[in-house]
Amino acid sequence: MLDTSSLVPAVSVENVTLNYYTPERETLALANVSLGVQPGEFVAIVGSSGCGKSTLLSLISGLIRPSQGAVSIGGARISAPSPRVGYMFQKDTLLEWRTVLENALIGAELLGLDMKKARMRAEDLLVRYGLGEFLHAFPGQLSGGMRQRAALARTLCPEPDLLLLDEPFSALDYQTRLALSDEIAAILQNEGKTVILVTHDIGEAISMANRVIVMSRRPGRIKEEHAIAFPSFGEDRPTPLEARKCVEFAGYFQTIWDQLDIHQAQ
Amino acid sequence: MSMNFAAAGSAAPTSADTAAPARSPGYRAYLASLRRDTWIVQGWQLGLVALFFALWEIGPRMGWINPMLTSYPSAIAGTLMKMTSDGSLVLHTWVTLKEILVGFAGGMALGTLLAVALWWSPMVYRIADPFIVVLNALPKIALVPIFYIWLGDMASIYAMAIAVSLFVTVLMLFTGFQAIDPDKVRLVRLFGASQVQVLTKIVLPGSVPTMISTLKVNVGLALVGVIVGEFQAAKAGLGYLITYGSQIFQMNLVMTSIFVLAVISTLLFALIQSVEATVLRRYGSGPSGT
Repeated sequence: MLDTSSLVPAVSVENVTLNYYTPERETLALANVSLGVQPGEFVAIVGSSGCGKSTLLSLISGLIRPSQGAVSIGGARISAPSPRVGYMFQKDTLLEWRTVLENALIGAELLGLDMKKARMRAEDLLVRYGLGEFLHAFPGQLSGGMRQRAALARTLCPEPDLLLLDEPFSALDYQTRLALSDEIAAILQNEGKTVILVTHDIGEAISMANRVIVMSRRPGRIKEEHAIAFPSFGEDRPTPLEARKCVEFAGYFQTIWDQLDIHQAQ
Repeated sequence: MSMNFAAAGSAAPTSADTAAPARSPGYRAYLASLRRDTWIVQGWQLGLVALFFALWEIGPRMGWINPMLTSYPSAIAGTLMKMTSDGSLVLHTWVTLKEILVGFAGGMALGTLLAVALWWSPMVYRIADPFIVVLNALPKIALVPIFYIWLGDMASIYAMAIAVSLFVTVLMLFTGFQAIDPDKVRLVRLFGASQVQVLTKIVLPGSVPTMISTLKVNVGLALVGVIVGEFQAAKAGLGYLITYGSQIFQMNLVMTSIFVLAVISTLLFALIQSVEATVLRRYGSGPSGT
């Protein structure tokens, strides 16, 4: 582990339990989950579908509140969505009646930020993500990968410290997905963001994250944690595509696969 | 209309791709067959209209049908000319048109407000739901005499036009509001949006296509409401001319009024279609642009 004990954790989830109620039944979605994420860390959470990993992300975002326990961001307990947190969905959720630029600006608009600055930043991000020619195009004119990059610009425009990614690549085709995860990993590393990625794709988790957390099936608990390192690559962190080629990759993959108990579920 | 969109959307890239190289004989034949089909459809449409008018003109003149019952196109043309010159055509058309527009706008505005109220509070929706269903199923035309007694001649016509379109508007819009992608609502909530902002930034702009289909339905319904209202109450207007003409057995007057009504409804519908074409261009491609 890194020596980060002196820092305030970027995210701290303490003994969180969450119950869902429907008229038919009560469901224990998460049971005693605790998790600390250090500033600048990239954490991936993997688990089989329905294990509560997206629920955990919604809790950290402040959209829902835990039945028990507490969630803090940068040391402050949260009870509502915070402008310091950016969230990316599985779908790009671009608003088709707004241009790409207007989509990227919706956060700034709702958060009441300085629109002139926000506009400059949004334009800059979109140009850097290869959407310079499409600032005034409507989302319907973009490809799936371009749409997800526009969604990333929208998420990063209000300059959040913490990014929550809820399977942001799973709606894309395989090639786009690999290429885009490479791009986004580079972008996030450059900006020094703290990231929590939820995915069911073990390879994606290993190749992008510093730490992979394995969740058990419902009720979701944290089952295992793995610090991911690629000594064979050298000092630097490999890009996701390079990481997939490293010798350590297969070992992590096998270990995490076994822990997910997927064969039992079938 | 949406068919036209799909066709235009898929045709545009094709023609752009093949514009540079010379068109192959097969492609030219394909384009020619498309043009031929269009000609056939339009030819039939024009032919059927011409046949209808021809039969309508010849039938009464040849004594096949009693002209007292059907009138005929040249008589209608004569009536139209006469009414245009003495100004009564403009007067009656304007009265009816004004009622349609007020009823249409009123039904739309009131319906949107009610739909927003139902969306705003699920509890209000649960309470109001059975009443709306019953009111929607109730034949509003049954209320014409009551509206006349309560509201008098002018207001009862407006009320009728609004009543006929109101509940359909509420139901259509509310269903549209509920069909909004919940992730889009979560998106703005994550940026701290209030309920009003969810409404103005997501729900209302996202429901524009629903609003346009509602407009299309309502044009027809507002016309029904106005004409039925005029049958009962009016001192002027095309509905009034129709009842008046039938009472004095002036089929020319009745048929002329119906003809003008057909023109008005066609024009209003065309107007909405052109609004639709402009507005929906940006909504057309839909959310899955992969």
